Amino acid sequence: MIKKILIFILLAVVGYSLVDVFSYIPFGEHRDTVGDFYLQQSPETLKVANTVTSIVVNFRGFDTLGEVTVLFLAALGLSSIMYRRKRKGEKDVRAKKPSSRILQVGAQIIFPLVVVLGAYVFIHGHLTPGGGFQGGAIIATASLLMLITYRKFKVNHNTISWIESIAGVAFVSIGMVGLLKGMSFLENFLPTGELNSLLSGGVIGIIYVAVGFKVAAELTGVIDTVLLNNRPDSNNENN
Amino acid sequence: MTWLIIPIIVLVILTVGAAIYAVVTKNLLYAVVSTGLISLGLSLFFFILQAPDVALTEAAIGVALTTIIFIITIRNTTQYEDEENDNSAVKGGSND
Repeated sequence: MIKKILIFILLAVVGYSLVDVFSYIPFGEHRDTVGDFYLQQSPETLKVANTVTSIVVNFRGFDTLGEVTVLFLAALGLSSIMYRRKRKGEKDVRAKKPSSRILQVGAQIIFPLVVVLGAYVFIHGHLTPGGGFQGGAIIATASLLMLITYRKFKVNHNTISWIESIAGVAFVSIGMVGLLKGMSFLENFLPTGELNSLLSGGVIGIIYVAVGFKVAAELTGVIDTVLLNNRPDSNNENN
Repeated sequence: MTWLIIPIIVLVILTVGAAIYAVVTKNLLYAVVSTGLISLGLSLFFFILQAPDVALTEAAIGVALTTIIFIITIRNTTQYEDEENDNSAVKGGSND
């Protein structure tokens, strides 16, 4: 009981301090000037319709490299802790009973649609909301659906690590081309094309395809590693 | 803008209610599902406040992936929070 009271006191303190801080900032008022610069430069110079994308890839490209590295290290750490090869004669313990027919048919219908949606989100990252990370996460959700529905759906970790490596190397090398040209990391060096068309924005499209593949592969690998090591009956076997 | 007040109020009630329920309940599975509900409400909030990029991320990561990984973890450990003996989960897992 005391624990619960303490939790609510802590929540009240945190909430009060948040409200106190935010009450100094007038809601919805225009305060910063760097936003104007981005909003003006993004469509005019870079020909990118989605300003968020141009900030993430062009203006803040080095931060994006840090984010990609953090995600990669997290996936690597999880795999190195949890991944293990199956012993001989060990059965797949993902699920004892096959899932229901409704779930199976529904997953078959939904899976290709979700993959296409994810590919759409990262290919059109410079035109519509979304981008490489979001699209990759959507594709990982699709493979999660297949993994929990079908026992026989296997993920090849070799393929995943190849996709991940190639996409990561592509990302860094495209960024380095910008550096070699005497500009900053991930600076645009391709022709920018026309605003609001698919082939616009220079390197953003290529970068986001690479990031999308990388994130999809990484998150799928994480989910598969966690699911394969799921042994609900391991305690009973040892006893 | 005024018609937006009604869905915002509904969303606030849903999100805050799910958050309180996640803290209060003893069943960890219900707590995880209501955490996913918080993420759903938040992503709708982001969409209403004109941040669709963040809304997409929140929907994919917060609602689907995090919830599923927590559910797998709960299946491997215990489903109910034990107030008197906080070490029960550790003891149960030490058989491995």
